[in-house]
Amino acid sequence: MNSLAPVNSLEVSRLAYAYPDGTQALFGVDLSIARGERVALLGPNGAGKTTLVMHLNGILTAGHGTVTVAGTPVRKDTLKEVRQRVGLVFQDPDDQLFMPTVRDDVAFGPANAGLRGAELDRVVTAALERVGMLDAIDRPPHHLSFGQRRRVAVATVLAMEPEILVLDEPSSNLDPAARRELAEILRSLDVTVLMVTHDLPYALELCERSLILSGGVIAADGPTRKLLSDAELLAEHRLELPYGFTIPAV
Amino acid sequence: MSAGHHHRLHLPGDSVVHRLPPQCKLLAVLAFAIVVVATPRERFWAFAAYAVLLGAVAAAARVPAGHIARRMVIEVPFVLFAVLIPVIGLGERVSVLGLSLSVEGLWAAWNILAKATLGVVASILLAATTEPRVILLGAQRLRLPDLLVQIAMFMLRYMDVILDEMRRMRVARESRGFEARNARHIPVIARSAGALFIRSYERGERVHLAMLSRGYTGRMPIMADMTASTAQWATALALPAGAFAVLGLSLAGLG
Amino acid sequence: MHVPDGFFNVVTSISAGAVAAAGVAVCLRGARRELDDRTAPMAGLVAAFIFAVQMLNFPVAAGTSGHLLGGALAAILVGPYTGVLCMTVVLLVQAVFFADGGLTALGVNVTIMGLVTVLAGWAVFRVVTGFARGKGGVTAAAFLAALISVPASALVFTLLFWIGGTAPISVGAVAAAMGGVHLLIGIGEGVITAVTVGAVLAVRPDLVYGARGLAKPLVLRGADGESTPVGAPEPAAAPAGGRLKPFLLGGVGVTLLLAGLVSFVASPDPDGLEAVAENQGFGEQAGEHAFGGWALADYGEVGGIPVGIAGVIGVGLVLLIAGAVAFAARSRDGVRA
Repeated sequence: MNSLAPVNSLEVSRLAYAYPDGTQALFGVDLSIARGERVALLGPNGAGKTTLVMHLNGILTAGHGTVTVAGTPVRKDTLKEVRQRVGLVFQDPDDQLFMPTVRDDVAFGPANAGLRGAELDRVVTAALERVGMLDAIDRPPHHLSFGQRRRVAVATVLAMEPEILVLDEPSSNLDPAARRELAEILRSLDVTVLMVTHDLPYALELCERSLILSGGVIAADGPTRKLLSDAELLAEHRLELPYGFTIPAV
Repeated sequence: MSAGHHHRLHLPGDSVVHRLPPQCKLLAVLAFAIVVVATPRERFWAFAAYAVLLGAVAAAARVPAGHIARRMVIEVPFVLFAVLIPVIGLGERVSVLGLSLSVEGLWAAWNILAKATLGVVASILLAATTEPRVILLGAQRLRLPDLLVQIAMFMLRYMDVILDEMRRMRVARESRGFEARNARHIPVIARSAGALFIRSYERGERVHLAMLSRGYTGRMPIMADMTASTAQWATALALPAGAFAVLGLSLAGLG
Repeated sequence: MHVPDGFFNVVTSISAGAVAAAGVAVCLRGARRELDDRTAPMAGLVAAFIFAVQMLNFPVAAGTSGHLLGGALAAILVGPYTGVLCMTVVLLVQAVFFADGGLTALGVNVTIMGLVTVLAGWAVFRVVTGFARGKGGVTAAAFLAALISVPASALVFTLLFWIGGTAPISVGAVAAAMGGVHLLIGIGEGVITAVTVGAVLAVRPDLVYGARGLAKPLVLRGADGESTPVGAPEPAAAPAGGRLKPFLLGGVGVTLLLAGLVSFVASPDPDGLEAVAENQGFGEQAGEHAFGGWALADYGEVGGIPVGIAGVIGVGLVLLIAGAVAFAARSRDGVRA
């Protein structure tokens, strides 16, 4: 899709991983995402989606295989660089918003990168503006609504100016209006996006391409519209379109 | 579950007391409490003077008496204990309304009640006039180890989240007709506690991951630094200084 | 029940503060070693958890209920160092943000509810799991650890009260009342701790400190469904098996230091208690109480033993009893495991 980009934003090859208790979650994952693409990663519960996401910025270390972000392999010595390039938005905004105020939270990442004073303020303000949450800058995160918290969570990541934005179930627990607002925000951003979800209509709305992760491996990779019209493929991987939802004709 | 236990003490406001830097207020309250505890129990009027000093602070901070009184419920267990002391205390006894009470016990009960009450009121005033996270910043200024401050910060941030989870689990139990009535029900409560621990621990891991994802390397970036002027220190320390003067006077006058 | 201001004299409050500060300093280093940069969020969340479960009332006997102290539970679930930090922060937050427990009594509260419950609980737990292995052993050890941690805390409270309490009650009476009530609460604490630990063991055994499982080798699964094993991952950090002795020695050391030093500092300052005893013919009065006839219960003066030494002997006795209970539990757990 984007032939101008010399390197892919994300490259994963033969990735396998088991948790310390012995449960193996990934059994050799291969995928690549070009710069500027918006890709959905679909899969049933327990397919290993969250485990895969944890590898993308080195939170979990590959048991086997490699992860490369914009040409930089994820290793112990590259962690700092990789973490600035991969912006992870967690499923539960409460996990992500751990500071006492929205301002402190959005500033946390840039401050760790060494920004201080006026420059830090500018970055924080800009990030909150992009998600329409500047008014809440001095409020404690736990006083915000769920949808507002998720938008602030996106801002905390945007403030680090990432190469790729990785969202874990971005539409979960959102009411329809908040869901639409978030979609508008995501569409307005000019970054590579990997969206992990089982909200198939949301994937169709926002992403041209989709991957299906099932049983710890990539089971399908193609245009979202094509994958979602393949009823057999969806059924095989415990994916279902909502009742009454049909893929609109091209 | 005592629902009232964790209700918020902080009363937003913009008084002289509210505006003081937190480290000044913390030190002032601590010094005040030490002076109170060190005061001999026979100096009745000194305790009255301390109460007047606290009243003045409450007035300056515009903290209503009702707010303080509601929170003083925390003292009740020790009030009950204090009431018992004269009954079970040793030594010479006097008869009051037909009850044989220990003289020494009466003194001890008075001593504990007076000092505990003054301490509780001082702490309530501190918590009422200072935002929790600001108190922590003050504690950090006073050289409380960084790590303890951070742990307390995370605890404060997630306390409500975890209490909410606990409440949901209780609702789930009760909606299935369960109510803890006797000792045989302990295991059910304990299993909920186990589930709550797993949730808390896993959330801690996720929070840590979220921190790592944004470049955390083991040190919190210092983003707010508050300094206190000499005038602010002087204002805050007026309370313990006043108390100390009272103590000195009472010792000189009666000792 | 958090001790308020005015319950102990200034010397005792400050000495306990010094002991608490030293203990917390040791634990800050220890927790850093165990958890590395995860210390702040993990201990913070566990502290919030402890705060929450302390609000869980459990029925003890007809009509009465107790609530969890949580020291032994914290020690078993997250390790003794982190456990002490969690308990300390809970007490700190309760004192400063909820006015629960006096500021001047913070040292006393951290010592009796943080240090003592965690140390006693952890020591018992390590001793018992040294004999009885497996999940049954861990659960039984958790029960005994929590059971003993509560009266141990009550005993140290009594000890401090003897040294610098401000109420004229015979130490024998305090010890008997505190010991009796807290043994009952200890049973509740023991059951709830054991079941909680058991519940965590059943679902996430890797989360119980010192009872972590071993990892299995990884398997690669091809598109054709064929599986090939690859190199085993690095083994998880070994449970703290070898550190029992230094830890126990440290615990005993701290306790002895507390008992000896504090009573030495405090004894030249005759407070209400001793004054009354001297003036009012204490021996006669104390004889009415359960432990009144014992040399140790009467300030150590009746038996001619100096206060400081009496404190050390008392602590030694407590340790002996704890050891005997743990030893008695050995055979039972050995069968179970």
